[in-house]
Amino acid sequence: MPKIKIDNNEIEFKPGQTIIQAARDNGIDIPHFCWHPELSISGNCRICLVEVEKIPKLVIACSTIASEGMVVHTQSEKTIAARNAVMEFLLINHPLDCPICDEAGECKLQDYAYKYSVGESRFTEEKVHKQKHVDLGPRVMFDGERCISCSRCIRFCDEIAKSPQLTFVQRGDHVTITTYPGQQMDNPYSMNTIDICPVGALTSKDFRFNARVWDMSATKSVCPGCSRGCNTEVWVRDNKILRLTPRYNPQVNSYWMCDHGRLNTFRFVNAEDRIDSPQLRREGQLIKVGWDEAFAEAVSRIKSFAKDEVAFIGSAYATCEDNYILAKFARSVVGSSNIDFVRRADNNFGDDILKQNDITPNSLGAELVGVSPSKSGLGIEGIKKGIKEKRIKALYVIKEDFINVDPEIENMLSKLDLLIVHASNQSKTTSVADIIFPAATYAEKNGTFVNFEGTIQRIRPAVSTVDADRALDGFEMSRLDKFGTSFDRWARGTKHDAKATWKILTSLAGLLGHKMKFKMAEEVFEEMASIEAFKGLTYDDLGEHGVKIKTGNVEEKVNA
Amino acid sequence: MALKSIKRREKDLTFLEKLYIPEILKGLTLTFKNMIRPKFTFEYPEEKFIPPSSYRGRPVLVEDSNGEERCVACGLCSRVCPALAIEVQAGETEREKERYPEKFEINMLRCIFCGFCEEVCPEEAIIMSKDYELAFSNREDAIYGKDKLLVPISQIQDKIDFLRQYK
Repeated sequence: MPKIKIDNNEIEFKPGQTIIQAARDNGIDIPHFCWHPELSISGNCRICLVEVEKIPKLVIACSTIASEGMVVHTQSEKTIAARNAVMEFLLINHPLDCPICDEAGECKLQDYAYKYSVGESRFTEEKVHKQKHVDLGPRVMFDGERCISCSRCIRFCDEIAKSPQLTFVQRGDHVTITTYPGQQMDNPYSMNTIDICPVGALTSKDFRFNARVWDMSATKSVCPGCSRGCNTEVWVRDNKILRLTPRYNPQVNSYWMCDHGRLNTFRFVNAEDRIDSPQLRREGQLIKVGWDEAFAEAVSRIKSFAKDEVAFIGSAYATCEDNYILAKFARSVVGSSNIDFVRRADNNFGDDILKQNDITPNSLGAELVGVSPSKSGLGIEGIKKGIKEKRIKALYVIKEDFINVDPEIENMLSKLDLLIVHASNQSKTTSVADIIFPAATYAEKNGTFVNFEGTIQRIRPAVSTVDADRALDGFEMSRLDKFGTSFDRWARGTKHDAKATWKILTSLAGLLGHKMKFKMAEEVFEEMASIEAFKGLTYDDLGEHGVKIKTGNVEEKVNA
Repeated sequence: MALKSIKRREKDLTFLEKLYIPEILKGLTLTFKNMIRPKFTFEYPEEKFIPPSSYRGRPVLVEDSNGEERCVACGLCSRVCPALAIEVQAGETEREKERYPEKFEINMLRCIFCGFCEEVCPEEAIIMSKDYELAFSNREDAIYGKDKLLVPISQIQDKIDFLRQYK
């Protein structure tokens, strides 16, 4: 491989790479605003100027192709002076807005001003004033004064979202960004422009002014919005999720995620209609009870049925661990092989960028861990028929609004003698249930999802519950979480009394005389490693980006 | 021989000192002097102590002469506060500075009166006032919201003048 020399480090590069790419692959950071690894090269910000020997002038590292024997200096006197000059130019018309700017704390311009600028401005004239509250689209706000005209958002819309909606207008220092006449920036990926905007020019209408970035904790997780499983970060303050942002994963979602996933997959965690304690139906009314009472009731009622009269509905919204324990509970504790899960597809949802038609995060995982009927058992259709014909008398549903699948089911469920539901929020199904266990959401537990391509990825708890403590269970902690006490109103937040589904099921199994010795989701996963697809895997192996597993013919079955 | 070599120590008294009378007179002079000097204690709370402008009393939020708060809820005071006493929740307004504090709370049990918030504030919106009378009977009362924190600028003008001069 050809080599170049950057700051006396000899590094190899792939032919055709630019200097900035070669440097980045070798861990050398060259400052950049307009360059983005996934977008085309624009070369307008000029902050990446470097000195190359035998070239009389400084060149921009983002568009200069590396060639054999090149000697690059990124820390030479000339480069540093040039960078400082570029920073001074960029800051001339940039308002001193940082205290009221949402980007503060994660702003490239702010960071580089500290790193590469002398901190004194010689500019005493009036700054150029532009429009400050511009509605670019239904989800994005634009502040013209803060914009440094890097064109990342324009290129994103053109190249990644494939819907050209933005453009530059005006000239010189009056240049600004606008949508094409009569258009809005409303493409389903529009909010990614907020993440890639190096300054606070583009802000999220949903998150605007909600919190300063340094007050939140960020937990690495996976979006449950569809079977793509985009990697995300869950931002939490006062035990409440405030926003989701995409996290880089080259195999799954690159740097992006869709607006649907970003906005609609966390509200139910904070929602008012969370189920906050176990509930039992007494004389037609659901009443709140303690865990022990609910367990005792569930055990005694499950025991009263013959094993073929009980059916189980797993869930593609639940983790592999939850589904695995459900399958184990059904087969070896109750002895029923009537187990299946609902496959959900929305043919209007998918596209050829990220979104998938399968709108559940884990249908492949549910299938792999055995939530599907074996030879003698009944599948979804069989279970429905069984309920109608009164052959199935008890139904155990986890994390699924079963009635929503098919309106016909509502009448059928009234024929059941027993309906046990694990749910996080109130739904039609919980309103007809006999016993409800409050289930932890994806943001409150450890677990794994398998996406449509067979990449198994970790989710991690970001919101603490009565069952899981932020400090003791090793969650990500913000400054306020670390140093607050329980006497501080802001450190308390709302803690829901919910448990992971696998935990509820193991307790029930214990009471039914089958001890399952799992204390952590990780132990469940280690036992799951006996399944061919998960062979030899541990949570450590999954790391931050997940592992692609062999799914055999299951994948075809699910995606068919 | 041995006795002569012992040096005189400081605590050894001279003959005059051993008499005690001159020393007692010396002490009494001071006592009587102070009895006729003008006194500098005063009868608080009937008489109030008015501190100098450099005094750091309880932090207050400045309400401008047009009746609007100056605070833009940037959260820098909350970030710099070493005792984590300040909690700010920003909101959006139609005003020119698009942010305002929806909630601004200082837990006066946590506040250590260091004045960092005053120093860091980019809007001159939080000021250490001269108010030192802080008494509460329960924890909730010690959390001061915007209702207690907002003070018209006329009441703290001298403090602001002092800051402009020395900050």
